Amino acid sequence: MNKSSNQLIDYTIYLGDCALILGQRNAEWCAHGPILEQDIAITNITLDLIGQSRNFYQYAAQLINAVENKNATEDSLAYLRMERDFKNLLICELPNGDWAQTVLRQFFFSTFQQLLFEKLKDSPDEHLSAIAVKSIKEINYHIKWSGEWVIRLGDGTEESHNRMISAVNNLWMYTGEFFIAADYENSDLILLKNKWLDKVKDIFDEATLTVPENVFMQTGGKTGNHTEYLGFVLSEMQSLQRTYPGAEW
Amino acid sequence: MSLHDFEKSFQNKIDNEIKIEPKDWMPEAYRKTNLRQISQHAHSEIVGMLPEGNWISRAPSLKRKVILIAKVQDEAGHGLYLYAAAETLGMSREQMIDDLNSGKAKYSSIFNYPTLSWADMGAVGWLVDGAAILNQVMLCRTSYGPYARAMVRICKEESFHQRQGFESLLVLSKGTKEQRDMCQDAINRWWWPSLMMFGPKDSESTNSDQSMKWKIKRKTNDELRQSFIDMIAEQIKLLGMTLPDPNLKWNENRKHYDFGEINWEEFWSVVKGNGPCNKQRLVARNKAHDEGAWVRAAAIAYAEKRKNKLKIKAA
Repeated sequence: MNKSSNQLIDYTIYLGDCALILGQRNAEWCAHGPILEQDIAITNITLDLIGQSRNFYQYAAQLINAVENKNATEDSLAYLRMERDFKNLLICELPNGDWAQTVLRQFFFSTFQQLLFEKLKDSPDEHLSAIAVKSIKEINYHIKWSGEWVIRLGDGTEESHNRMISAVNNLWMYTGEFFIAADYENSDLILLKNKWLDKVKDIFDEATLTVPENVFMQTGGKTGNHTEYLGFVLSEMQSLQRTYPGAEW
Repeated sequence: MSLHDFEKSFQNKIDNEIKIEPKDWMPEAYRKTNLRQISQHAHSEIVGMLPEGNWISRAPSLKRKVILIAKVQDEAGHGLYLYAAAETLGMSREQMIDDLNSGKAKYSSIFNYPTLSWADMGAVGWLVDGAAILNQVMLCRTSYGPYARAMVRICKEESFHQRQGFESLLVLSKGTKEQRDMCQDAINRWWWPSLMMFGPKDSESTNSDQSMKWKIKRKTNDELRQSFIDMIAEQIKLLGMTLPDPNLKWNENRKHYDFGEINWEEFWSVVKGNGPCNKQRLVARNKAHDEGAWVRAAAIAYAEKRKNKLKIKAA
C-alpha cells in the first residue's frame, strides 16, 4: 500500500470516527431530553451523524479491500477496532454533560465540519466529495439548531448563562485540535481557523458570551491518543460484536 | 335544548359515524374517558422509549442502531401527536406530564418489563407493537376526531416497526445457537405480558360497555386478544420458534386458537406498581424532566426577552 492510499484511508476513517462517536454520545439523550421536541431534534442530528459515519466507513472499507486482501465492512470498522485505532477528535468522545455542554459541543463541531466539508466538496476524490455534498445540507441545520440553543441559553436566565460559561470553559481546550493537521491531512487546515472563530464570535456576541483567550489546547484524538472516556464508549458500543464473533445481526 | 336533547343529538352523531370534534358538545364522561385514554396512550409512547432506548448504545450493527434510534424517535413523535390530541379535551401537556411523573396517571404496563438482550428489540417490535397495532387500527375509527386522525398517522409507522421487529428476529432465528436461544428466550419473556396488553377479560372490564356504545372502542379486549393470538401463532412458524403456552392449539370449531390462562395476579400486580421496572421508569422520566427544568425556563426567558426587543424595535 502506498503512502497516499494509506493517508486517504486514514482520513476517511477519521471523518467517519468523528461522526460515529459524536452520534453515539448524542444518542444517550434519546428518551432523556429536556423537552420532547428537543429529544426528537437531537435524535435527528444523531441519525444524520451515524448516517455520515456509515458513508465514510463504507468508502474506507472499499479502499481497504482494494489494496489489501481483507473483508473490511462498515461494521468491522466501527465494532472491531480498539481505542488507539480510533481517530476521532477528542471533543466528540467527551461525556455529554448538561444540555448546555451538549449543544455547545454540537455548535463547535458542526461549524468546523461545515468549513471542512465545504472544502471536501471540491475534492478530486468523487466519493468524499459526494458525501460532503450530501452532509452539508444536514450540517447547516445542525449549526442553525445548536447555534440557536447557544444563544437561547447564553442569553436566557442567570442559571443558563452560568451553565453556558462552564460549558465554554470545559470545551474550549478541545477546539484547537480541529485545525492541527495530522499526517493524513492537508496542512492548509489552519486556514479554516479564522473563519470558524468568526462564526463562533458572531453567535457568542448574541449569546452574551466571551471567547476565552490563552487556553492550552488538548490534542491527540486524530492520532489515537484519546481521553480515558473513549474506552468505555467503545466497550459498550462493541459489546455484542465482541461477545459473539462473526455473528450476523 | 335540554341536556337530554344534547345527549340525544350526540349519540345520533356517533350512531351515524360522524366524528366528535373538540368544540362539539359532549357528555362529561365521554370527555373524561377520552382524555384518560389518550393521555395514557401518550404516556405509553414516552415511557416506551426507555426499554428500547436501553439498547441504542449497544445495537450490534450500524444499520440496527439507526433503525432502533429512528424507531424510538417515532415513539417520541407519537407522544407529541397524542398529547396534542389530548390537549383538545382541556388539559395542558404540562399537567399530563406532571400526572405521569407523580404516578397519578397510568401507562401501558408492558413497559415495566426489562429489555435483557438484543433479541428483546425484535420481540418488542413484533409482539408489543403487534399487539398495540390491533388496538390502534381499531382506534383509527374511534369516534373522537383528533384521536382517530392521530391514530391514522401512528398506525402507518407502527406496522413498519412490527415488520422490522419480525425481520430482526428472523435474522436471529437463522443465526448461531446463541442467537437462536436469545430469540426464544425473548419470545418466552414477552409473550404473556403482550397478551396482558389488551387488558382484563371482558367479564372483568369496567369501562367496556359505555366505550363501545360511544364507539371509543369498537372491539372488546377479548376479541382483540384473540385476533392477536391467531396472528402470532401463525407468524411464529416462520421463525421456527415456539410460544410458551402448552395449551395453545388450533380449535377447528371456533376457527381460533385456544390458549392457556393468563396470570391475572401478575397483571394486577404490575398495574399496581410492582412490576420489575415500574420504579426505574418513573425515576428516569422524573430525572429527565427535573434536569430539563432550567433548559425550559431559559427558553421561556429568552423568548420573552426577544419579544420585548422586537416591541422596542417596532416602537
